[in-house]
Amino acid sequence: MISLAGRDIMHSLGKFVFTGMGLGLLIGITLSMAGIYRGLVDDGKALLDNSGADLWVVQQDTLGPYAESSSIYDDVWRSIRGLPGVARAANATYFTMQVRQGERDVRAMVAGIAAGAPGTPGWPPYLVAGRQITRGHYEAVADIATGFELGDRLRIRRNLYTVVGLTRRMVSSGGDPMVFIPLKDAQEAQFLKDNDAIRQQRQRTAENPAFNRPQVPGLLEAVIASQSTNPYVNAVLVQIEPGHEAEEVAQAIRRWKRLTVHTRSQMEEILVGKMIATSARQIFMFLVILSLVSAAIVAFIIYTLTLGKIREIAVLKLIGTRNRTIVGLIMQQAVVLGAIGFMVGKITATLVMAPIFPKYVLLQPLDSVIGFGAVMVICLLASIVAIRAALKVDPAEAIGG
Amino acid sequence: MDGRGIRIEGLKKRYGRGDTAVDALKGVDMEVGQGEVVGLVGPSGSGKSTLLKCLGAVIEPTAGRMILGDETIYDDGWKVADLRALRRDRIGFIFQAPYLIPFLDVTDNVALLPMLAGRPNPEARRMAIELLAALEVEHRARAMPSQLSGGEQQRVAIARGLVNRPPVILADEPTAPLDSERALAVIRILNDMARQFETAIIVVTHDEKIIPTFKRIYHIRDGVTYEEAGEGRDIA
Repeated sequence: MISLAGRDIMHSLGKFVFTGMGLGLLIGITLSMAGIYRGLVDDGKALLDNSGADLWVVQQDTLGPYAESSSIYDDVWRSIRGLPGVARAANATYFTMQVRQGERDVRAMVAGIAAGAPGTPGWPPYLVAGRQITRGHYEAVADIATGFELGDRLRIRRNLYTVVGLTRRMVSSGGDPMVFIPLKDAQEAQFLKDNDAIRQQRQRTAENPAFNRPQVPGLLEAVIASQSTNPYVNAVLVQIEPGHEAEEVAQAIRRWKRLTVHTRSQMEEILVGKMIATSARQIFMFLVILSLVSAAIVAFIIYTLTLGKIREIAVLKLIGTRNRTIVGLIMQQAVVLGAIGFMVGKITATLVMAPIFPKYVLLQPLDSVIGFGAVMVICLLASIVAIRAALKVDPAEAIGG
Repeated sequence: MDGRGIRIEGLKKRYGRGDTAVDALKGVDMEVGQGEVVGLVGPSGSGKSTLLKCLGAVIEPTAGRMILGDETIYDDGWKVADLRALRRDRIGFIFQAPYLIPFLDVTDNVALLPMLAGRPNPEARRMAIELLAALEVEHRARAMPSQLSGGEQQRVAIARGLVNRPPVILADEPTAPLDSERALAVIRILNDMARQFETAIIVVTHDEKIIPTFKRIYHIRDGVTYEEAGEGRDIA
């Protein structure tokens, strides 16, 4: 028996291919949406991976340092370092801002990293060019996605930083590329007031008789000095010695330091389950809507194609064609249309949308397999309307009168 | 009656029920022997199409008998389990318009029926080619229907109706879209085929050009048939 569907497709190949391409663009958008969701999750995990930490010690009862603001004294790390099971502990400060370079600015997450050596928690784990920060001030390592190059001079608040190293895939959970600077600079930059505000604050302090006592020399200078420095960091990043359980060390810190400690799995839950939950729901809704729209379009196309063959179907039924042959004709066409659409969609998503999309689009092979299955199921379900119409065709319609 | 004709006795068809019921056929008697071509003539609304649909096992009559060859296929109810197979294997159809499948070439349009009947593709195509040769359209075997002239399309449609060697062929105004010369050519072909394949052919028509060619004509009016001897004009 010849393939009626195959012959029909070959007879109107151009129509099928163009229809499949139109459908493919829609499928491409759907796949890209799934890729954006995967990218959001991957960005969050990349942030955690790249921090090099096993535990995040933050202000009590906060979800810091990425999801909520957290502020702890910058000397806490010393006492944490002394606890059993702690291999390394280092301060870290994060804030998101527009980093200027010449006439342009880039939205970036600025990370203040403690002095140390490569492998210190918070440091970029690898570089693609240049070197790590070696000086205590005014050097930066930037993610390549910022567009900065080695030797570029960046302005963060009032200070200029020289880019000495470039790294890759160092992003915030929101997908902003990261710029690493020395911790002291970051602490200063984080809460740096403008000159007018500093001058007003000094004037107010000088006018306050509690701080400006002639009989206590040096008090006013000491108060002003304490007001101009920032002794806080957002978090202490902790690496655990091999052989120790993260939760066990976290319990000790919680108990003795009265701080909140998040383990890796808890941080993942905060980033994926809370921070990007709304975005994920939005993307999921878009996926559902796009799937429904795709199904409606496939159903409409197949239905229209079938209506265009009503007379032929009546003749086929009159001359003794079985219903299952006619059902096969319609279903095979729906599947071929879906396959063309998926192929075009996959190519569009991979080669066109992913590279130009401002967000990281992560297209996973398993998602493609699931997507292909979903497209096939949608096409088959969408063909039901056309099949019902075809099965209702009376063979008597082929005979006049 | 011999083994390949068709006989109808008291065939009735009623549409609807109660006060709105319409008797489209009121007791039709008809007999067409093997190798015979008869005309079925009648005005619009006389019951021609209803009779054709009953004969083609497309709609179920209300009462009566239909005997195809030696087998009673209807006797106040269908006596055949698979009407689809009956239509495929034992009744040929030729329509007013050729209604060829546009995405199949000429050979496959004809070979489709034997394929549907379960014959292997090469054998089905061989049967189709033989018939196309008999109808002098073999040279168009690989053409698509849209590439054929009206006359060629109708000959391919005739080949499709004949390819399974059915004992009866129902032709529904097969010459309507054709000019006189081509209409007569089609009737000549039907007569030749009827003789060659011993097929009973019923031609529904009100085409004045071809009515004189029938040796026997059934007139149908208000659901009742009347037999009349035709002129049987020679069209050779």
